[in-house]
Amino acid sequence: MSVAAETVILRRSGSGVNLARFAVYALLIVAAAVFLAPLVSMVFTSLKSMDEIRAGNLLSPPGAVTLEAWATAWNSACISVSCAGLKGYFLNSIRMVVPAVLLSVGLGALNGYVLTKWRFRGDNLLFGAMMFGCFIPFQIVLIPMAFTLGKIGLAGTTAGLVLVHVVYGVCFTTLFFRNFYVAVPDELVKAARMDGAGFWQIFTRVLLPISWPIIVVSVIWQFTGIWNDFLFGASFAGGESQPITVALNNLVNTSTGVKLYNVDMAAAMITAAPTILIYLFLGRFFLRGLMAGAVKG
Amino acid sequence: MAATERMAGKRRLANALPLFVLSPSLLMVTIGVYGFMLFSVILSFTGSKMFPRFVFTGFDQYERLFSNPRWGVAVQNIFIFGGLYIVLATILGLGLAILIDQRIRAEGAFRTIFLYPMALSFIVTGVIWQWLLNPGLGLERLVQGWGWESFSFKWLVDPQMAIYTVVIAGVWQVAGFVMALFLAGLRGINTEILSAARMDGAPTHKIYTRIIIPALRPVFLTAFVVEAHLAIKSYDLVVALTKGGPGFATELPSTFMYTTTFTRNEMGLGAASATVMLMTLAAIIIPYLYSELRHERRG
Amino acid sequence: MASLDIEHIGKRFGQVEVLKDIHIGIGHGDFLVLVGPSGCGKSTLLNIIAGLDTASSGAIRIDGKVVNDLEPKERDIAMVFQSYALYPSMTVAENIGFSLEMAGMPKEERKKKIAAVADLLKIGHLLDRRPSQLSGGQRQRVAMGRALVREPKIFLFDEPLSNLDAKLRVEMRTEIKKLHARLGATIVYVTHDQIEAMTMATRIAVMKDGILQQFGTPADIYDRPANTFVATFMGSPAMNLLDAEIVTHGGRPALRLDGVDGDAAILPIPATAGAVTLQPGQKVALGLRPEWITEPGTSRSREVHSLPFTVDVLEPTGPDIFLALRLGAVEVMGRLPADAQVQAGETRILDIDYTKAVLFDRQSGQALYARPQPAQAAA
Repeated sequence: MSVAAETVILRRSGSGVNLARFAVYALLIVAAAVFLAPLVSMVFTSLKSMDEIRAGNLLSPPGAVTLEAWATAWNSACISVSCAGLKGYFLNSIRMVVPAVLLSVGLGALNGYVLTKWRFRGDNLLFGAMMFGCFIPFQIVLIPMAFTLGKIGLAGTTAGLVLVHVVYGVCFTTLFFRNFYVAVPDELVKAARMDGAGFWQIFTRVLLPISWPIIVVSVIWQFTGIWNDFLFGASFAGGESQPITVALNNLVNTSTGVKLYNVDMAAAMITAAPTILIYLFLGRFFLRGLMAGAVKG
Repeated sequence: MAATERMAGKRRLANALPLFVLSPSLLMVTIGVYGFMLFSVILSFTGSKMFPRFVFTGFDQYERLFSNPRWGVAVQNIFIFGGLYIVLATILGLGLAILIDQRIRAEGAFRTIFLYPMALSFIVTGVIWQWLLNPGLGLERLVQGWGWESFSFKWLVDPQMAIYTVVIAGVWQVAGFVMALFLAGLRGINTEILSAARMDGAPTHKIYTRIIIPALRPVFLTAFVVEAHLAIKSYDLVVALTKGGPGFATELPSTFMYTTTFTRNEMGLGAASATVMLMTLAAIIIPYLYSELRHERRG
Repeated sequence: MASLDIEHIGKRFGQVEVLKDIHIGIGHGDFLVLVGPSGCGKSTLLNIIAGLDTASSGAIRIDGKVVNDLEPKERDIAMVFQSYALYPSMTVAENIGFSLEMAGMPKEERKKKIAAVADLLKIGHLLDRRPSQLSGGQRQRVAMGRALVREPKIFLFDEPLSNLDAKLRVEMRTEIKKLHARLGATIVYVTHDQIEAMTMATRIAVMKDGILQQFGTPADIYDRPANTFVATFMGSPAMNLLDAEIVTHGGRPALRLDGVDGDAAILPIPATAGAVTLQPGQKVALGLRPEWITEPGTSRSREVHSLPFTVDVLEPTGPDIFLALRLGAVEVMGRLPADAQVQAGETRILDIDYTKAVLFDRQSGQALYARPQPAQAAA
C-alpha cells in the first residue's frame, strides 16, 4: 500500500489544488534538469571536436557529430606511458568483476542461508561482526592487504583484486541474503526436512529458486561497487592489471598540454556505460530489493 | 551399539556442516577485517617508514599526526565536507521524495533521473564535474553566454572554495539514493494514521511536520549513517576532481592516509591516520548496528 | 499406522521451561488432538515428535522404538503445516512428489503415486499449477497430498485449518475426518480451536503453560473436565462456574451459592462429587454447562432443580438462543433451543440439569470427583 493514494486525499480540494500541483511539477522538472545536465553535457562534449568545444558552451548541442573522441579514448589515448586507449583496461575490469561478483554473491547466499535457517549459538553476534566489515574505512586495511597480497604472490594481479573484492564484498552480500531469507518462512525448510531433503538439497531446490529478486540486487550492487572501485585498483593493481577507473583517472591526468575534454568525456562515458546500462535495465528490481532490505527498521 | 554410534557421528557431521559452509567467509572476515585492523593499529605505534618495522614508539605517530598541518587541513575539510554533504543530501533527498510521493505522472522516469548518478564511479563523477566547473569553458562560460557577462566561477582553482566543489559533486551523486530511502519510508507509513489526522482536521503541511516527518525518524538515522560512512571513506571523488589541490586545500583524511603511506613512505603515520578514521566511523556505526540488531531480536 | 508414546517429555530454552513432563500414549489409528491456547507448548511438542526440535528430557517412541536420535526423514512421519509450506518454485505435482524424489524413487513410479493421491484429494486438474495460482483450500489439499503420498506411519498436522475461511474450515474438517476413517492412519493434530478438537479427535490432550492438563476421550474432556481451565477452555459458550461454599443444610452437606439470596442459594452436592470428603466452609465452584439450563418440563434428566433467572440479553444463533442470565447477582450463560419462550427483561423459572454438574475446589482449581478420572488412572 502506497502512501501516495492517501496524500492525494489529504490535499485540499478547490482552487489551491491546481496551483500546488503546478508547483510540484515545476520543482520536479527543474530538479530533473539539474540532475540531467551533467550527463547531457558529457554526451554532447564527447561528440564534439575541440574547436567546437572552444566555440560553444557546456550545453550547446554538437553541430558536426564526430565519434573521433570515442575512438581516441578507446584505442589511442595515452594512459601513463602507453598510448593504447582504454580497451585493455575495460577487459581488465571485466576479468576482475565477473569472478568477484560470482564468488561474493555465491558465498553471501550460502552465509545468509546458514545464518537464518541453521541457527546456532552466537550467530547474531557473528552476523554483527560481519556487518561491521561493510562499514570499515578501507584505509585501515590497505597496508596489511598490500603485504599479504605480496606474500601470497598475488600483488599486482587480477586474481589479487578479485580476492580483495570478495573479502569486502561478502559482508554486503551476506547482509542482503540474510535479510531476504529471514523473511522466508522457516516452515518451508521444516517441510523440506520432513520430505527428506538435506542441507544442500534444501538450498538448491527450495531456497535458491525463490531467491532471484535478492540475487538481482546483490549482483547489481556488487557489479557497480566493484566496477566503480578506485581505491583497491589504485593500491593493488599493477600496470598490466589496472581496472578501467584507474586508467580513466590516469588518462584525464596524463593529457599533456591542451586538455582534450571531448576525449575525457568519451572515456568517462565508456567507463560509466556498463553500470549505467545495468542500472537502466535492472534498476527497478534493484530499488525494490534495496527498499525492502535497507529501510526495514 | 555400532548403529547408534554411526548415527551420532552422522548427526555431528550434519551439525558441523553449516559452520563448515560459513568458514571461508569467516576466515576472510577474521583476517581481512579484524586481523588487518589490528595490524594497522599496531603499525601506528611503530616507526615504520617504507616497510613495517616493529620498533615501538608509543604515541609518537599520533603526536606527529596531530601537529601535521596537512592533517589539520584534512580534519577541517572532513567537517566542512561531511557536514554540508550530510545536511544537503538529506534535505534534497527528503524534498525530492516528498515531491515524488505526490502521486505524480511519470514517477518512474523522475526516480530514474534522480538515481542514475548513484550508478557512476566517483572517478567518472569527478571527471564530469571537473569539466563542468572548469573556469575556462565550463559553467562560467555558460552563464556568461546567458547574458550575465561578469559572472565568475573559479571555485575549482580557489584554495578557499575548492572543497565546496567536492560537496556539490558528492551531493549530486548521492541525493537520489537518499531520496530512495525516504521514499521507501514514506510508502511504509500506515495510511490509516494519515486518515485519522485528516479526520481530526489537520492541514496538509501540519500532517507533514507533525506526523510524517517524525515517523521517518528511523530513515533519517539510516540516511545519516550511510552518508557519514560515504563521507569519511570519500577518496576517489577528491582524487578525480581536485587531486587534493589546489596545493593541499582539499586534502581529506582518506587522501592524507594514501599519500602519506604510499607516496611519502611514512607508513607508521599513515597507519595512525587510518586508525583515527576507523575510530571515528566505529563511533557512529557500532551504536547503529547495536540498535538495529537489538531491534530485530525484539521484533 | 503406528502407536506413538510420548514419555515424560520436557523442553527448556535456557531458563524457560516450555514443556514439563508430558506423558501421552496413543495406539494404532488414534486421532490425537493437542489443544490449548497459544504459547501452551503444543507446537513445540509436535516439532519434537517430528524430529524438527529436540527434547531436553524424555523419549518419543514410534511402534515401541525410541526415535529421539533419528532425523525427521528417518522417522517415517509426514507433516502438514499451518502455512502449508508449499515450495513456491515447484508445481503441485513436484511438491507432492518431492519426498519421493528425495528418497530416490524412479520417475514413473512417482508419477503413479502422485496421480493416485491427486485423485484421492480431487486435485488432479491442478498438478501443473504453482502454489501461487491456487486458492487457500486448494493449497491445503496439496499440503495434505504431500503428506499422504509418503504413506507414513504417523501424520502430524500443525493448525492446518487456521488459515481457511469459516465455511471451508468446516468442509476440510469433515474431509480430514473421512480420510482418517478411510486410511485408519495414526494422526497427531495441533489446534487452538476446541471445536476442531471435539469434532475430530479420538483422544484429546489439553495443554496450558507447557503442562498437560487432561488427556482423554472427547466425552471425558467435555463431561468430566479435570480442572477449571479445561472446563472453561473446552465448550462454547464456556462452562459456567458459580462460586459457592460448602454448608451444612438440614444435617447434610450442601452448597450455598455466593451472590444469591434465600432458599434459591441452597443446592445439594452434585452426584459426580457425591463421596468426596467436603469440609464445611470449603470454597468451591459449581460447574454448569449452558445447555444444562432448560425450560421447565423439557429435560429428560433424572435430577433437575428449578431456579429463578433474570433474562438480560438474548443472542439467537439460528438453531439455539444464547442467554445472558442472572441468578441473583451471578451472571450465567444459558443455551436454549430456538423455539424457547423467553423474553429479555423477564424473570422466570428455568431448570438446571444437575446430573453432570461438576464441583471444583476453588483454591486448586481441581475437579472434585467421587470416581477417579478413567484416563488419568490409566496414565
